[in-house]
Amino acid sequence: MRYMLDYYLTQMKTAIVVQFQYRVANYFYMIGMIAEPVIYLVVWSTVAESQGGSVGGYTAGDFAAYYIVWTLVRNMNIALTPYAWEFWIQRGQLSMELLRPVHPFHGQLAYFSGWKVVAIVMWLPIAAVLSIIFKPTLQPTLWEIAAFGVALWGGFLVRFVMLWLLGMITFWTTRVGAFFELYFTVELLFSGRLVPLSLMPVWAQHVADFLPFQWAFGFPIELLLGKLTPQQALYGLGMQAFWVLLGGLASALTWRFALRRFSAVGA
Amino acid sequence: MNHSGAVIQLERLGKTYVVPEREAGLKAAVGSFFKRRNRQVKAVDEISFSVSAGEVVGFLGPNGAGKTTTLKMLSGLLYPSSGSASVLGFTPSRRDRDFLSQITLVMGQRQQLVWDIPALDSFELNRAVYRIPVEEFRRTRDEMVELLEMKDLVGKPVRNLSLGERMKAEIIGALLHRPKVLFLDEPTIGLDVTMQRRIRAFIAEYNQRHNATVLLTSHYMADVEALCKRVIVIHHGRLLFDGDLSRLVERFSPQKKIVVVLADTSVDLSAYGDVIHKEDDRITLRVTKADVPRVTVRLLSDLPVVDLVVEDPPVEDVIELVFSQTAEEMLP
Repeated sequence: MRYMLDYYLTQMKTAIVVQFQYRVANYFYMIGMIAEPVIYLVVWSTVAESQGGSVGGYTAGDFAAYYIVWTLVRNMNIALTPYAWEFWIQRGQLSMELLRPVHPFHGQLAYFSGWKVVAIVMWLPIAAVLSIIFKPTLQPTLWEIAAFGVALWGGFLVRFVMLWLLGMITFWTTRVGAFFELYFTVELLFSGRLVPLSLMPVWAQHVADFLPFQWAFGFPIELLLGKLTPQQALYGLGMQAFWVLLGGLASALTWRFALRRFSAVGA
Repeated sequence: MNHSGAVIQLERLGKTYVVPEREAGLKAAVGSFFKRRNRQVKAVDEISFSVSAGEVVGFLGPNGAGKTTTLKMLSGLLYPSSGSASVLGFTPSRRDRDFLSQITLVMGQRQQLVWDIPALDSFELNRAVYRIPVEEFRRTRDEMVELLEMKDLVGKPVRNLSLGERMKAEIIGALLHRPKVLFLDEPTIGLDVTMQRRIRAFIAEYNQRHNATVLLTSHYMADVEALCKRVIVIHHGRLLFDGDLSRLVERFSPQKKIVVVLADTSVDLSAYGDVIHKEDDRITLRVTKADVPRVTVRLLSDLPVVDLVVEDPPVEDVIELVFSQTAEEMLP
């Protein structure tokens, strides 16, 4: 345990050093990412105002808060995509990781966790500017802030594990882009990324209940916005733990077979 | 370790790849969409050998011979299709933590160090990966940095290092945990002669100091001659030769060179053997091994010989000869 902690901290430190080397690129990347929520925000704020000030309980200020927190959650949701898996395998980097006596899952999880620290630090000024422009309504209580902190990292873990599982398809086919596009479309609809889930039709909300996506994305945002009761927050954290465990178990099982398929391409 | 005391042991180890196959052109592309054809390629064909502790063995073969595939199987990157392998008593494909902690694989064209940050930071990461006690880590790192004269370079981002400097940093990173078994795949590829020599000397030093077992592939025969007493030659995935480097020359080279220096440079030596080189008074003849004593006696008795040396052909030439023949022809 002590060794793993040391490994995680060292790998995170490495990621922070690397990502600060590319701080300008990271900033442009984050700024580019703002376009999407700003479009959603403008559309929904306009709809809210045209309907007498709110839609489904969301005022223009709520939408502003939702989509500003969205930018942080979106950054926290970045994990090893299947595209990166392809690159990772073709460049021989996976082979190099497999030579080490640490599972590559830990290596990547620790690396992305370090990257998140940089993302959070860089997000703060962006959030400040967006807040000045869009004037969000955001008055979280202490417990909501604390629970949000846990849910934010929980959401990252859910998405990380799910993408890890998806990325392992690369062991069977060298082009996983098509699978990912399908996954991404479903995720967009049922995660709360496009629109708060409570504004979706009831059937869509029921479907979303059986999928992991909302626990990675919409749940932490709604939690900070004060849309959830303590019971709902606890349930949400429990669902995050459930999906992480399920995804982790499925990943561990698939990994055994995947390695047998591995042909060490590119290395 | 197994009963015979070998650190590396292969028993009829084989690897077959399934490769999709189709002809060129649109028609073939459309056809392959509906019906895929696969071909089985034997990259490694039931090879067996063993390596003892502390041995440095050259693992030779032309491109595509199966060297790298074998090294990947021995380091746990690939599952064998048949046979078995044992390294330090472990089955590599099981990828036990203890196994991975005691080996290293250095590939001349791949890198383990993080490109964007100084090598020192990557070394620190390796300390955590291999759970090296801090004091031991610092001692080993500083010692290796000193030996490879990298003191002023390890603080620079890896991307700013030259190819040779990067390779030296890679080697330090790969040996920080003091592995007992080194798989070195073209460690000197693309490096200049001075750098090659330095890396060779470092590997030799590491081998002697830690009694490490080394399996080395290289297309530079200078690497092999400097480091390996024993060589294993494979071709088309099959083992052609396993023995002393000197025996390889004896076995596969049917000819020797006689270099003779004459007082009279106008003499025609074509009656004594094939004249393959002539420079001033120094003439090089190629003769079959069986003819060497007879030709030597004749040269000494017939001609005004100033100096005469009998040489084996360069190892490069012998290896080229081995590779140019098919595996079937070369098998005993």
